[in-house]
Amino acid sequence: MNGRNLRYDIFFYLGMLLICVPFLKAHTAYMPLVFLGVWGLRRFAAFAEENRKITSIREQMVSTVQMHQRLTVGIILAVALLVPFASSNYLIEVLTSAILYAILATALNITVGLTGVLVLGFIGFYAVGAYTTGILTAKFALCGFWVALPLSGLVAMLFGILLGIPALRLKGDYLAVVTLGFGEIIRIFLTNINGLTGGPNGILGIKRPSFGFFTLDHPRDFYWFALAILALIVLMVARLVNSRYGRAWIAIRENEMAASALGINVFRKHLLSFSISAFFGGIAGSLFAVKQGFISPDSFTFYESVLVLCMVVLGGIGNVVGSVIGALLLIAVPEFLREFSMYRMLVFGAVMIALMVFRPSGLLGSRRITQEIKDCEDEGQ
Amino acid sequence: MFLQHLLNGITIGGSYALIALGYTLVYGVLKLINFAHGEIYMIGAYLGFILISLIPAMPSFLQGNLVLVLLVVLLFAATICSLYGFYLEKICYRPLRGAPKLTPLISALGASIFLQNFVMISMGAKDRIFPQTIGMQSISMGGVSFTLLQLVIIFSSIALMALIYWFINRTRLGIAIKATSTDPFMASLVGINVDTVISVTFMAGSFLAACAGVMIGLYYGSINFTLGYLGGIKAFTAAVLGGIGNVPGAMIGGFLLGIIEALGAGYFSSDYKDVYAFFILIAVLVFRPAGLLGKGVNERA
Amino acid sequence: MKGSNILTTDSLSVTFGGVRALMGVSIAVREGEILSIIGPNGAGKTTFFNAVTGAYAPTSGRVFLADQDITANPPDEVARLGLARSFQNLKPFAEMTLLENVLIGREIHMATGMLEAILRLPAFHKDEAEQKCRARELLAFVGLERRRDHLARNLTYGERKMLEIARALALEPKVLLLDEPVAGMNSTETGFVMELVQNIRLQGITVVIIEHDMKMVMGISDRIYVLDHGELIAEGLPHEVRANPAVIEAYLGGGTHAPTH
Repeated sequence: MNGRNLRYDIFFYLGMLLICVPFLKAHTAYMPLVFLGVWGLRRFAAFAEENRKITSIREQMVSTVQMHQRLTVGIILAVALLVPFASSNYLIEVLTSAILYAILATALNITVGLTGVLVLGFIGFYAVGAYTTGILTAKFALCGFWVALPLSGLVAMLFGILLGIPALRLKGDYLAVVTLGFGEIIRIFLTNINGLTGGPNGILGIKRPSFGFFTLDHPRDFYWFALAILALIVLMVARLVNSRYGRAWIAIRENEMAASALGINVFRKHLLSFSISAFFGGIAGSLFAVKQGFISPDSFTFYESVLVLCMVVLGGIGNVVGSVIGALLLIAVPEFLREFSMYRMLVFGAVMIALMVFRPSGLLGSRRITQEIKDCEDEGQ
Repeated sequence: MFLQHLLNGITIGGSYALIALGYTLVYGVLKLINFAHGEIYMIGAYLGFILISLIPAMPSFLQGNLVLVLLVVLLFAATICSLYGFYLEKICYRPLRGAPKLTPLISALGASIFLQNFVMISMGAKDRIFPQTIGMQSISMGGVSFTLLQLVIIFSSIALMALIYWFINRTRLGIAIKATSTDPFMASLVGINVDTVISVTFMAGSFLAACAGVMIGLYYGSINFTLGYLGGIKAFTAAVLGGIGNVPGAMIGGFLLGIIEALGAGYFSSDYKDVYAFFILIAVLVFRPAGLLGKGVNERA
Repeated sequence: MKGSNILTTDSLSVTFGGVRALMGVSIAVREGEILSIIGPNGAGKTTFFNAVTGAYAPTSGRVFLADQDITANPPDEVARLGLARSFQNLKPFAEMTLLENVLIGREIHMATGMLEAILRLPAFHKDEAEQKCRARELLAFVGLERRRDHLARNLTYGERKMLEIARALALEPKVLLLDEPVAGMNSTETGFVMELVQNIRLQGITVVIIEHDMKMVMGISDRIYVLDHGELIAEGLPHEVRANPAVIEAYLGGGTHAPTH
């Protein structure tokens, strides 16, 4: 570590300290410690990248998970099934929440991860699904949950198609912003069309689903129900990924021009992935409505969209299992860190940046590490 | 009535234009939308707040003179903010220079969240009220009432725009920025240090955004840490409206958006005030992505 | 296998802003032949391919595939109609295996839909197996079958070029456009590709090649067209073109040497 680097680093951090001063008042004393910590982390990260042993350990861990995918999924499923027996109702509610987010993350992964299209207002579909169920079952009491559930998905999908047709023709940045606008417009309309949506107060009195005489009132029962739906959706998505559709989407993500030259109608495939994401988003929304019993526009903010996006990125772009794990981490972990909830978002933001800078492929990477290692072994490295 | 709304619109529009310039300049050199730019604007507003709160502690000859006070506060806030812009680029964008588009966008989102919460934790989640009465007396002329402050804001906005126009077109650094926007590779071959140019671009954009922040803070009298989100989106709409990457376009787009918003809120309903920007944004992106002054922003392939 | 024109362009022109990349180019490709398009760098050869396949919309002129007007059809439609191309600056799907790369080319031949994929019906498995088999055949044809499960980004340059060709062939096209298939290759590899192209022709596929390598061009072409500055300056049999003074002038700006490599 040569002297000039050190001097540059000192100036760098000093400058940062300087510009933070107006905001820090009493806490200024902590800043040097924070910077020291950050600097230390960066040094460690640089060191870790150089050090083959550490990188290989990391790759080993990830590849073990990857290679024994069936086993991993089986273990996770078993644990998930049994957890409610050992947990308080509160914890079960948190996990159910995590499951709903996992559905959202899996849905978003199709568009963002596989097809490579950034969507910033995804929560809009969640909202559409939730409100469809709320309006149909509670506000106007037109039908039961079991009819409302698929309808919520379909209505969300319809919105997805309507939004997708103009939006998907745009370049990445613009597309992202248009979807952002969509999310916001949905929220604003939900807040203002009182007759249909109950305005800022939302819709109350949404009842839990029931099979004949058995209602899913107990947190445990609803948890298993949500888990079943998650498992079903993950299965469907995984199967799509390992089919011509998944391949086409990934091809589009990698290189649109080449995909087009091979006969793939890029726009239609984009629309397809977008609609499917919207559909599952709507389903998740429906579940959310019956879980909470009430919905209001406040649950569907831009922050929520970003949260789901983080889950997708954290777990690994394009990685189906990764999205679920990402959701679990981002919902469960903060629960255990309740005392620090004020700093939670701050850490989120920092982690997002760090993740992009140091490991853009996420925790589990895109689904290719297994192959990569096999290749290396072939070449005799 | 119409003139009243027009005037209000121009006042706000000037600020939108200043922030929009930041978006457009960065997009020009990096082909990237700086999602965190709105937060820089918000930080500028807060810095202005902090500095203005210090006024009672300033030497008395400053206290009476509106223009001088504004100038000093602007200068300080803008300088510090331009450093924020510098660090933002250095930490969140530079390491991701060659990466696929998704990566810096997510990094920008992360930075946006971080900055927003940083300010929230530090300054509190409630609105902060600007210390009162700097030029807030109402003047009436020809059926339109305005304040001295509004005039100062409009004038300052235009002066700043003139400044940036001069900078981009008449100084070496500014021309280097234009060159890098056109073709970064060629620019580097000609001896332009692209890294420096990009840093300067961020700093310039942040400088302008900070000025806008201070002025908006003074105008509305209160600020909140969520200012950056909405303001950022609106300014981005303005930049796109005028043609992203196009400097005069950003200025025109800003004023236009401000006026449309003021007229809409005045004549239709102020409930939906924020929606106008979104609708304009989507309309422009769908029907004329190149904006008013832009040329051929390419759609896919 | 002779006689009819399978691909024709009629006064094809492409203008970008002030640059006239292609001016009134009329080319007729006979079915079953191996046609080469040569010309100095910047002559508009790749632009020609792009205009024909729909990557660019021509400013004026028409393109016909057999008797069908395909002018300005989008690239995916053109591919479906039987016109495949490879790219000069290679575009393999880096994050996918070789097999998957070629399978993308088989996409238009797949018979099953989403329902079958989600429910994993027998029809789905049959479809996948068939296409994978065909893909492996194609990889074997270009000599990459052994590496079919390797990631495309780990290939050498020469191997990537082979993958390009295999992928384009997966479409089962009537006409194959190859853009500089042997650029950067040594003479052994070039020989391999020459043989490959002749085998492709034997399967009934018409091949149009853009190339600079004269060994290949003179070695396997039935006819040659020469482009310079966006215009057609010569056409004919290889030995005719080689001696054509206009062609020599275009390559060397005067002098008496034929283009060599």
